[in-house]
This record gives sequence, C-alpha cells and structure tokens, in this order.
Amino acid sequence: MDAGAVGTETLAGVAALVAVLVAGTVFGLLRRRLDGRFRAVGGARRRRPLPTAQQSPGEEAAGMDAQHDGAAAAAAHGRPQEITGQDLGTGLGERATLVQFSTAFCQPCRATRRILAEVSGMVDGVNHVEIDAESHLELVRRLDVMRTPTVLVLDSAGRITRRAAGQPRKADVIAALGAAVA
Amino acid sequence: MQVDPRGQRFAAVITTAVLAIVLVTGSAWLLAFQALVFAVAVAAGVRRSPYGLLFAWLIRPRLGPPQETEESAPPRFAQAVGLAFALLGLVGYLAVGTWLGVAATAFALLAAFLNAAFGLCLGCEMYLMMRRLTPVGRTP
Repeated sequence: MDAGAVGTETLAGVAALVAVLVAGTVFGLLRRRLDGRFRAVGGARRRRPLPTAQQSPGEEAAGMDAQHDGAAAAAAHGRPQEITGQDLGTGLGERATLVQFSTAFCQPCRATRRILAEVSGMVDGVNHVEIDAESHLELVRRLDVMRTPTVLVLDSAGRITRRAAGQPRKADVIAALGAAVA
Repeated sequence: MQVDPRGQRFAAVITTAVLAIVLVTGSAWLLAFQALVFAVAVAAGVRRSPYGLLFAWLIRPRLGPPQETEESAPPRFAQAVGLAFALLGLVGYLAVGTWLGVAATAFALLAAFLNAAFGLCLGCEMYLMMRRLTPVGRTP
C-alpha cells in the first residue's frame, strides 16, 4: 500500500542481488585457484580432529597436535588412513595407485579420468582406479570425501600420501606421484 | 546423452539475468516462468529446454560444432536443484513472505551465476554431500 514498504522489498532484492554477485565472484575465484591442488596427507595435516562419539578426550587432545593429527583422525575412524585392494575391488599398483572418486552428476570427472589414465599409462607400476562414490558411501565417509572428483595418491602399501579435491592438472599429478613413489 | 557445454553456459547466463530481474522487481510471474524453464529441462532434457532451443537456433549455427561435448546428467540434475529453489521462492513471494522469495531466489541466482561466470556446477557439487547424509545401504 505505502511506498515505504514497496521500497523496502525492492531494496532487499537489490541487496540480495549485490551480495550474491560479490560472494559468487569471491567463491568462484578462490575455487578456481584452489581446485585440484594436491596437499600432503600424513605428518602435517590441516584437517580438524573429528569430534566423534567414540573418540576419547585423550585422542581429541592428541588431535590438536598437528604431528599426531593424522593418527588421531585415523584412530577416530577405527582404521588407519590406508586403502586396501579390497576397498578398491581391484589390486593396488605395484609402485603407486591413483584413486579417483566420481559420481554420475560430476562435470569434471571425465577430464580427470582422462588425465589420470594418461599419467598411469606413462609410469610403470601405477594403477588408476575410479570409484563410484555413491556405491561406496562407507569409504567416502571414512576418508572424508566431500565432493567429486577427489583424487588420492597411494604409495605401494596403500597409504594415502596426497589428496586433491577438484580436477587436478597433469603436472601436479605427476609431481604428487613422484613424491609417493620416492 | 551428450550436450554442448557452450549451450549450458548460454542457458546459465540467461537464467542469471532472469533471476536478477526477479530479485529487483519481486515479480512472481517471472519466477514462475523460470521455474517452468527449469521443469522443462528436467523433464525433457537440457537440450529441449527453452534456453537450450534458443541456443540451438540462434547461437550454435554461428559458432560451429563444439570441440568437445559433456554428459547431460550433471546439468539436468542442476536444473532440478534450480527448480526446487524457484518453487520455494514462489511459495515465498506468493504465500509466506517476500523474505523467503528473496532468499530462495538468491540461492538459485548464486548457482546460475557460478555456472555462467566460472562454469562451476554448484548443484552437482552438492550432490555427494546430500548423498552422504542418507543412511548407509539405502538408495534414493
């Protein structure tokens, strides 16, 4: 009825529009920068300790210490951060394994598959295994996979040495692989 | 089925513009139109959505064939997410209150904008997180 109310609603809409464009631009640029970057898994992990019900206060305290963070998180999951051939449904690579989590509704999964297949074809003793995240939700939860594609680099024993969320670049895959087989 | 990724970006640009106008004008009619576009894309496939057809008639003949195509399942799923937010926005504008209309439209706009500007499919990215929330051993 009064012009004031209409003005307020228009103002809210315009404010929302500006907020979305600014937030979207920041998110998009950040994502573009961080997507597909490998980070080391093991000693220096930036992951927070998981406050799960079965976790004792002692383990949680240990989790604060970056050095033991990996071990504490693994203990909280009841299993070490390794992947066995049984998890994958196929054998581990002799020297290293590239594990890719995918879903049916994943745009960059196909390009990621192509890159990993190419790299594993180039290096002897390296397997590329693609896992359908939906039919392996247990494994997805255990390994804290949040989105697809997520790429894990395993050493010959199946220990996770590097992981990346998003489509990685070929050079980065090769570098991560080099660190795993070293 | 395979689709032209440029068609998806084109559709996302139009969707972004339409949803931006909805936010500024608060027009439930325009949001209803966008919801219908989402619904057609979900039901008939993204190539047969109004924006997909517009791309095929108007833009694609000038661009030539695409260098590569992509799966249609991810964008189709994203259109379903867009439809859900557009319907929620309609309920807001028409029944509950403008605040809900603005909030739901803003979320749909964010997804469309990220797709248009960065080629990022927010709905697709949320998919695994949504699946993770469902109990183990159950299929949707």
